[in-house]
Amino acid sequence: MDKKETPLRMSAPLLQLDNVTVQFGGLKAVVDVSFSIGERELVGLIGPNGAGKTTVFNAITGVYHPTAGHVSFAGKKVGKQPPYKITARGIARTFQNIRLFGSMTVFDNVRCAFNMRLKHGISHALWRGSKVAAEEALIEREVMELLEIFGLHEQRDENAKSLPYGDQRRLEIVRALATKPKLLLLDEPAAGMNPTEKIELMKLIRFVKEKFDLAVLLVEHDMKVVMGICERIAVLDYGQKIAEGTPAEIRTNPKVIAAYLGKEVD
Amino acid sequence: MIERTKIILIACAATFAVLSSSIGGINPYYYDILIGCGISIILAVGLNLVNGYTGQFSLGHAGFMAVGAYLASAMSLGIIIPYFEAPIWMPSAEALASDPSATLAWWEYILKATGLICGWLINALFWIHNSIVPLGAALPGWAKFLFALLYGGGIAALAGLTVGVPSLRLKGDYLAIVTLGFNEIIKVIIQNAEPVGASRGLGGMDQQTNFFWAFSFAALAVYVIWNIVHSTYGRGFLAVRDDEIAAEAMGINTTKYKVLAFVLAAFFAGIAGGLYAHFKQFIHPEGFNFMKSVDIVVMVILGGMGSMVGVCFAAVLLTVLPEILRWVAKIESLPQWAREIAENRMIIYSLILIILMLARPQGLFAGWIKKKPRSA
Amino acid sequence: MSPQTIEFIQQLINGLSLGAIYALIALGYTMVFGVLRFINFAHGDLYMVGSFAGWMLFAAPEDESKTGVWASLSRSFAAIPPGMTKVLLALMLAMMICAALGILIEWLCYRPLRQRPRITVLITAIGVSLFLESFGQYIWGAAPKSFPTLIEDTAIEIPESWGSIASLTLLKGQIITFCTTLGLLAALTFIVLKTKIGMAMRALALNQTACSLVGVNVNFVVAFTFGLGSALAGAAGILTSIQQPSIDPLMGILPGLKAFVAAVLGGIGNLAGAVLGAFLLGIVETMVVGYISPTYRDAVAFAVLIFILLLRPSGLLGKNIREKV
Repeated sequence: MDKKETPLRMSAPLLQLDNVTVQFGGLKAVVDVSFSIGERELVGLIGPNGAGKTTVFNAITGVYHPTAGHVSFAGKKVGKQPPYKITARGIARTFQNIRLFGSMTVFDNVRCAFNMRLKHGISHALWRGSKVAAEEALIEREVMELLEIFGLHEQRDENAKSLPYGDQRRLEIVRALATKPKLLLLDEPAAGMNPTEKIELMKLIRFVKEKFDLAVLLVEHDMKVVMGICERIAVLDYGQKIAEGTPAEIRTNPKVIAAYLGKEVD
Repeated sequence: MIERTKIILIACAATFAVLSSSIGGINPYYYDILIGCGISIILAVGLNLVNGYTGQFSLGHAGFMAVGAYLASAMSLGIIIPYFEAPIWMPSAEALASDPSATLAWWEYILKATGLICGWLINALFWIHNSIVPLGAALPGWAKFLFALLYGGGIAALAGLTVGVPSLRLKGDYLAIVTLGFNEIIKVIIQNAEPVGASRGLGGMDQQTNFFWAFSFAALAVYVIWNIVHSTYGRGFLAVRDDEIAAEAMGINTTKYKVLAFVLAAFFAGIAGGLYAHFKQFIHPEGFNFMKSVDIVVMVILGGMGSMVGVCFAAVLLTVLPEILRWVAKIESLPQWAREIAENRMIIYSLILIILMLARPQGLFAGWIKKKPRSA
Repeated sequence: MSPQTIEFIQQLINGLSLGAIYALIALGYTMVFGVLRFINFAHGDLYMVGSFAGWMLFAAPEDESKTGVWASLSRSFAAIPPGMTKVLLALMLAMMICAALGILIEWLCYRPLRQRPRITVLITAIGVSLFLESFGQYIWGAAPKSFPTLIEDTAIEIPESWGSIASLTLLKGQIITFCTTLGLLAALTFIVLKTKIGMAMRALALNQTACSLVGVNVNFVVAFTFGLGSALAGAAGILTSIQQPSIDPLMGILPGLKAFVAAVLGGIGNLAGAVLGAFLLGIVETMVVGYISPTYRDAVAFAVLIFILLLRPSGLLGKNIREKV
């Protein structure tokens, strides 16, 4: 940990959940969950299946609105804003089941992320002036840069869904990064990967965090991945937060062990 | 450096202008079909933006065509809409005054107030129309026609906005039904609108639509929609179609794109309606019903939803098809039942739909034009 | 009772009678939506097929140009004197024919598209609907036909001694409609709640994959559902034709659409909702026609549709199913 990070811990956290509850009718998916993430932290969110991890993601990104409590980003409450506005604030995400744009090329998938920062609107349709051309050229450069960093630039004109699975996952991350976020939410990025790929993924996540200077919240089932890269971990079970701490602390926390493995039978 | 597409557009318009005078002399039957093709292209290309590129299922496109047709005709005929007197279900001021013992219950006040406010709002809209009409009347020939067309298109776009904003949060089947419902409602409104002929129809427009107008607007529609979609901005439409939730997560305002597609498509449908009205010189509310909407939807599906070229081809094909069938029905060597089926083009249409969906849902023309391996 | 109340009750009776027809058709929509998650646009036309089945079988062949087997069949059926037996016979036959047709359509046109996106099936359904209508016009001509008399649709005599109620008009056709609908509803409830196939239908509506995994013959259950819904629509066709003997191949469009609105009003996928929505719509439509103006008859359904979809898309009794992200 370099000197830069310690003072930040004491300043306002980047993301803050205060007593967030998400309820669907009678079902409480997330119950009274509070935690925070500081800038440039790599935090993990784990828990057994159905614990509510993806629901927390959805609450942060605005897909669901908390029934109680609130989510704050960079000091301001997120409120009932629609997801696209929350993305504009600096939160990007990937999905548990890869949600690439199936009819578009690799290039176009990333290009979509630049929509929210476009300076021209529909008027360009009738008269594509030089300003529009310049902006499109700029976008082309930025997209290619991103693709090159991740080694996907050769496949730029291929259909996104035709890529191998691992590449698709990386493309989803690239697409999320194209929105220039300050916080990246990764929903089970290691799903379906073999051990070698998982090691590559861990390197990738660390690299992304450093290079793009952002905080990462990671939902993951694979303990090696979680323990390997996360600085802090929060644990959910049945919608409630049952533990939070460093990987070492979590590994030995009896409540966590009980949640995953069940209580010991005497 | 002028864009290549702009050059193509201007070249097209110039060609059409030149051709127009000579083409006007061909056999009126073929001329009819030709103009019909141009109008169909405008309708289909517009709907393709909504159904094909943005993945929303609109079944009420003929309603916007109707709005354009009627408003453009009203403009060129100089029709002024008379104002409402008092809401029909409320006693007039005189009636109330003459019976001083009648005091209204509180709820009757609210009803009367709402009725009055609605009446005022509607009259305000009529006033806007009535003020614009003389502006159009003052213009010379072709300018008046263009003005009427744009007016029709503009009001149709507003109608698209009115229908789109509440409806576009519905998905799939529900959106289809609601748009169908709005189509019917527009038709019913026209059928009850005396100033434009109600159920009798409206006639008397000059035949101002010619080859130039029809095909220039068709070229314009193709140009505008092609340019929009094949740009970073336009990728948003496709994103909405592919995965709305992912699109929102990428910062794309999906509602804005859906409404925009709707409004733009409605605008062009309105233009098409105006062109149609000034060609046939007579319009009737039944000509803009569900069947007409289905006609346009079939063009988009046949062409392959999202394939601009395919949709244009399909529009032409489906405009020409009824005439081919009519010709087939006249062939004496065919058995009677075959000739009768050819007469009844709905049978052929519906079979086309069913077989197409079962065998080739991506459309007849999808994939025929090899796309260059560049991202749009 | 004041004349206004009598008037109101009269409208109520008419509304319920109309609602009963809508209910029978709406149930078909809702059942198919429940198991297949799509709106069968062609359902309303099965109602038309029901009427025409009755016409084909029961209208004397001399009246219309019928050939071959239909001529002989209809000659014998037409000979039956009007009465309840004729009605029941017509109902049974029409229901069987419609059920068969419904199953055939599902097998030919919808089953191959089971895995495709819903929009594809929706468009196919529109195609089937248009085909039934245009083919009907081709075979039977577009001009309305006169439905044979199955029973004298006269008003029931209410004794004067019952007071002002005696001025109500209660047609035999209406009573038959009520009773038949109630009977069919009872039968349907029994099937859905108390039989194995009914349980399979309910399970299929909840989770198709799980059903096939536990050994439910999905194809059979779907076919059965279609057959059931179509039979009800056919029954509705016969019942309507008793009261309105003018039938034509396009008669299914509006009632089909209205029944669909009823199903959506009640919550599509919900059987009780379909019935509730149908009766509500029937009453509202009759009231609007009676108290405001007949010109708005068809607009009522669309207005109701727009309202319910914009205010509460899941319907009165429906549940909001959220997409899992």
